[in-house]
Amino acid sequence: MASILIVIATLPFAVAVATYLLPVALSKVITVASGVTVFGLSVALVPTVVRTQVAAGSLLRSDALSLVFLVAVGFLYGATAIFAAGYLHLEPGPAGNRYGRRFYAGLNLFCWAMVVTPLVNGLALLWVAIEITTVISALLVALDDTEGSTEAAWKYVLLASLGLGIALLATIIMYYAGTTVFGSAYNLSYAKLLVGARHFPPDVVRLAYVLAVLGFGTKMGLVPVHTWLPDAHSEAPTPVSALLSGSLLAVSFYAILRYFQIAERTLGPTFPRDILLVFGIASLLLAALYLLSQRDLKRLLAYSSVEHMGILAIGTSFGAPVAMTGVLLHVLAHAAAKGTAFFGAGSVVRKFGTKDMTRLRGGIGALPWSGPMLIAAILALSALPPFGIFRSEFLIVSGGLSNSRDAAAAVFVVLVTVAFFGLSWFTTQTMLTPDARSGPDSEGSTVVVEKGEPSISIVVSMVVGLVALTILGVHIPSQLSQLLDHAASELASPRR
Amino acid sequence: MTGAPSTYAGVADVVAVLVLLTEFAMLRAPLLRSQVRLYAFQSFVVTVLAVVVAATHHIPELYVLAAFSLALKVILVPGLVLRLLRDADTDLAGSSALGVASMILIAIAVSAFGFFTVGSLQVHSNALPTSALAIAAAVVLVAFVLIILRSDVVSQAIGFFSLENGVSVASLVVASGLPLVVDVAFLFDLLVAVVVFGVIMRVHHGRGKTLSTEELDRLRG
Repeated sequence: MASILIVIATLPFAVAVATYLLPVALSKVITVASGVTVFGLSVALVPTVVRTQVAAGSLLRSDALSLVFLVAVGFLYGATAIFAAGYLHLEPGPAGNRYGRRFYAGLNLFCWAMVVTPLVNGLALLWVAIEITTVISALLVALDDTEGSTEAAWKYVLLASLGLGIALLATIIMYYAGTTVFGSAYNLSYAKLLVGARHFPPDVVRLAYVLAVLGFGTKMGLVPVHTWLPDAHSEAPTPVSALLSGSLLAVSFYAILRYFQIAERTLGPTFPRDILLVFGIASLLLAALYLLSQRDLKRLLAYSSVEHMGILAIGTSFGAPVAMTGVLLHVLAHAAAKGTAFFGAGSVVRKFGTKDMTRLRGGIGALPWSGPMLIAAILALSALPPFGIFRSEFLIVSGGLSNSRDAAAAVFVVLVTVAFFGLSWFTTQTMLTPDARSGPDSEGSTVVVEKGEPSISIVVSMVVGLVALTILGVHIPSQLSQLLDHAASELASPRR
Repeated sequence: MTGAPSTYAGVADVVAVLVLLTEFAMLRAPLLRSQVRLYAFQSFVVTVLAVVVAATHHIPELYVLAAFSLALKVILVPGLVLRLLRDADTDLAGSSALGVASMILIAIAVSAFGFFTVGSLQVHSNALPTSALAIAAAVVLVAFVLIILRSDVVSQAIGFFSLENGVSVASLVVASGLPLVVDVAFLFDLLVAVVVFGVIMRVHHGRGKTLSTEELDRLRG
């Protein structure tokens, strides 16, 4: 099992180096192979990790909590690789070739950093891994070299770096909290911290926890430190947007959960949960309102990400085991749903050449496959059955009610409904309204295109996403369900 | 856990205060070039502090960190930014949302807040006096003031870079045994910020625009 961990943690890096050297056509193939392999290997770990944790040396290890996030990242890595193979259209000549090499090297490196994040053992390495994701994804956002993408990359790099500066402060302060128990030089491994957490000075841990939620929350897109997110998601190349939204935000949440585990042991459950509840409600509220007024398809999906990160924070704050299981299922389902939705958006952008929803009409006529699947993905994001997000949000709400967080659960349901309205109104308008040829259009400003899919691999990637979503919604495989329960019990607050 | 000699503690405090004062100087520096030079000076002071801690407490890893910090923060990053500024030849006076006096007043209030809240935490360190941690918190907060109130790209970058200096001081105070890889990783973040900064300067230079962030308002909503 240790060898599987090592392969997962090194393969994408090797592939990144290879894709920088090889021709782009070959890169497409080996990136898909690498993504599918990483996903397959992480699923292969599930039966073992359900029983015991797996470690490779002192640096890598995986418990159930890590593995949930690893599976989410691995899935999106594979699906995005398939999508990118069809999405990428390079101009012939050296410029297009250079772009393709940079794109693939960056994409693989980015996935490598996100795969490693849940596997490293310790808060210091965790921070380093998330730092690497920032560094690489900022360069990927800037890849298109347009005015919009540089502006987005600048905001992203500045805000995310400031957030990580705060998170580093949190790491340092948590390290200091540990020195009171372990002496001045020790490693910040999770097992050690969780054992010692009971005896840490509470004030210091409280400060470290708040700084960690604020710092990593910047990367996760929690309001009010989410402002980089819509810009970066809308201006990045679409495969990168899918990865940012589906897995980068999730692994940042993973970092917060690690601090949450320690803070619960030192401070008891109330304080850590309340902090997350405040950030979660703020995120959900603001995102739901912004969803009602979006005109840009990719920004719409970006605000939906803010909404779902708010849901994760609120679900964690409920604290009941069933809510925790819901949160972890939500991580998986959101990765699949948001990935699929961005793939669909990518198909629309390729087809129509715009993401301005006021100019998009008749999507479903022009895109016979990806059009309906985009609508399905949007409905999945709005938590309609039979998809996974319905199940996860259901678990979260029932967890909130069972832990007598009735008011918060009610607010949650109302805001999710508002978000549903915003999401579905604009997409259905875009996709289902017939195009300009058959309807009266005052300025003739909508884009008219011929019927047909831009690429078969876009369709394949969306089918993969929807199948996964349906499996998560209808019948979760028993091993996976055990994994989720196990991870939820690792998160649940210990008896003091 | 016995404390270091009091002269040593005094010197360390003076160095930390020097970092904070440099931060204030950056806040009011009218020219962007002088801001960059102040940053180089501040980084140099932090490097010296790292060497002092390494020597007095026999932590050899800190020499490596000091070497990295000297190469990157004192020489490479300021050098790159100054070169970009020279190439850009747009108006080099920074702009700010408020007058200098009000900015300084806000910064004083903010740094006092940071100093007293963190100072009241009862943190005990055997590497440096804990007042240095409180001062580091003040540096971080003033860096935020700098980023928020000065509205040009260079000040924002320098604000972020100097925030990193504040965090470095904090890590020297309470976590001098922290794995080195963490500090070095953060230094690389500075390099990437410089790269993106270079791209944005180039894109804007091509259109003959200023360095003001007022231009960066296309994406909203």
